[in-house]
Amino acid sequence: MYRYDEFDHTFVAQRVAQFRGQVTRRLDGELTEDQFRPLRLMNGLYLQLHAYMLRVAIPYGTLSSRQMRRLGRIARVYDKGYGHFTTRQNIQYNWPALKDTPDILMELAEVEMHALQTSGNCIRNVTADQYAGAAADEIEDPRIWSEIIRQWSSLHPEFSFLPRKFKVAVTGAPSDRAAIAVHDIGLRAVRNGDGEIGFEVMVGGGQGRTPMIGKTIRPFVAKHHLLSYLEAILRVYNEYGRRDNMFKARIKILVHEIGIEEFRARVEAEWETMRGGPVELPADELERIQAYFAPPAFAALPAVSAAFVGSRAADAEFAQWARTNLVPHRQPGYAIVNLSLKPVGGVPGDASAEQMEAIADLADAYSFGEIRVTHEQNLTFPHVRQDDLYELWRLLRPLGLATANIGTVTDIIACPGLDYCSLANARAIPVAQRISERFADVGRMHDVGELKIKISGCINACGHHHVGHIGILGVDKKGEEFYQLTLGGDATETAALGDLVGPAFSYDGVVDAVETLVETYVGLRHDGERFLDTYRRVGLEPFKEKLYAAR
Amino acid sequence: MPLVKDGRLVDDPWVGLADDAPVPAEGLVFVSLTRFRAERDALLARGAPLGVRLKSSELAPEIGTDVPLLALVAVEFPTFRDGRGYTTARLLRERFGFKGELRAVGDVLRDQVLFMHRCGFDAFEVADEAALEGLKAAMAEFTVFYQPATDDRTPASVLRRVRSAAE
Repeated sequence: MYRYDEFDHTFVAQRVAQFRGQVTRRLDGELTEDQFRPLRLMNGLYLQLHAYMLRVAIPYGTLSSRQMRRLGRIARVYDKGYGHFTTRQNIQYNWPALKDTPDILMELAEVEMHALQTSGNCIRNVTADQYAGAAADEIEDPRIWSEIIRQWSSLHPEFSFLPRKFKVAVTGAPSDRAAIAVHDIGLRAVRNGDGEIGFEVMVGGGQGRTPMIGKTIRPFVAKHHLLSYLEAILRVYNEYGRRDNMFKARIKILVHEIGIEEFRARVEAEWETMRGGPVELPADELERIQAYFAPPAFAALPAVSAAFVGSRAADAEFAQWARTNLVPHRQPGYAIVNLSLKPVGGVPGDASAEQMEAIADLADAYSFGEIRVTHEQNLTFPHVRQDDLYELWRLLRPLGLATANIGTVTDIIACPGLDYCSLANARAIPVAQRISERFADVGRMHDVGELKIKISGCINACGHHHVGHIGILGVDKKGEEFYQLTLGGDATETAALGDLVGPAFSYDGVVDAVETLVETYVGLRHDGERFLDTYRRVGLEPFKEKLYAAR
Repeated sequence: MPLVKDGRLVDDPWVGLADDAPVPAEGLVFVSLTRFRAERDALLARGAPLGVRLKSSELAPEIGTDVPLLALVAVEFPTFRDGRGYTTARLLRERFGFKGELRAVGDVLRDQVLFMHRCGFDAFEVADEAALEGLKAAMAEFTVFYQPATDDRTPASVLRRVRSAAE
């Protein structure tokens, strides 16, 4: 993992001091809430329905055990004993007191963390594939480039007042686990004809009220030119992005309005003037950062652990968990372990202080002290010996972290919705809870197979409903919550936006509607077809018929 | 409006001319881009230093090739949210080689002057004289920078190299 050196420590400490001054000026009345707003937003501090909310950056979703322990401590000392992991791999605290926030930032700085650029119209915290450094199909470790982008974008003097927020996601593998196609910039590591590694650059993807799949602006940018290319894109966006209407200010609208060809031409012209210039990372600095992401000291092990195979045969519940929550590791004898933050009836993405602290201890014991946060609001131990899996599973179970449901119908993404958020039109969390209770039976979950349900409480789409296999969007109709359903969305390398299925369902009716969709799929599926495959084969009609037949 | 330059309050020697105001025979004046374009030759023929004031929507290329003729470019920030001026400043300095005074005018907040300075601004219009102390404090809030810009602050990546070479 990356470790701060004295420059990074100084920088974050100065940021904390700056914020402390700003909070003091606010508490003293020197700043009005209006004047304070842009300042606190630069530090991830929002004012929500009931209280301030602090969004802490977890750069590219990577945490050390020490950091996780500290997140747990902050939840206990400064909040109500829990935190919420988000689709941007961050953590949100929902109940901090304003006066405490500088101390929270100081506690974070002690473990090399911050809340920089988790809000505001700047380059936001970079997200990446949670299986970085462990996935078998990886071409390039996305953490290296995410860290480089994190540093380059930190308090960037030219790009801190963009037309709108700006999100970058990086995947190092052909499989896209970082939803790069729905980001302002998506980067995918690729090899060119000469075997050289670089990035395919996508631009103009996004969700929100105008969802769009990103377009490839350049199929290959050499690694050593990445920063100049990003700087060129940001500069064109900063100059030409719309500032007259906040809802049309994202880069996707600019790319859509002038067309990808024209946008590309402007970026290329800009790039000409700066390619190879001072913005490029010096080679020795790349080596320095790269070295932090060297693989941990793996043991030489057989590809498959006999102990693991034995436990799986002996314990059916363990086998169920292994089926959904494990992912093959590139290192023989190891596995990637997903910890579900989606217990049946629970709040998706929430973890208690006790859970966080226990996770930190388990990471030390079983995963080289490393933890990842996934954009699907779960946690990952990236490097676990297969020999240890059974023991680890037994320890995770009493913590409520071993639900065997990763990728299934109960592994639901949900935004905070009307329970917390001042923008929401409808509740999202209780809908997720009720759906997971409906499908609580693990056998049924596994029979239904891969099915991604994503719920947003308003059109801002923080719950990624546009790219859910089943997307659920909460809307307000004359003061009543209703839910629109979309089908066929996909956030991976085969990205697609969901299709609206028809009239919305009531809060009471939406769970039945989801069940009808699932049962319709089960009735129609061919062997080996996932929900998404069946949908792509048969289209909207059969689902629509069943859904509205009773009406 | 009070003007801060090089960390001090200074008397502003420049007069901003409205588009319909008569041009004085002498003295330092700056005009809108519209007026500069319309009366370019007459304004330059005065022989006195000339400046241009850009709206935030008037980007660097619109004035770029003329900057050798100018002693001042004032860039408007109609609201602190409008960040086009940062790019305008960098391009005027880095691409078009502007050496004169680059002045930030409008909604210039204390928490932005460091960004502005990094992009090449060297003069700031402030709301009142009391703002000076805050401005000076804000300029000193950071000593570590992660990216090269127009200023001469050395980015951390380069300092790290210097440090490891010394070890």
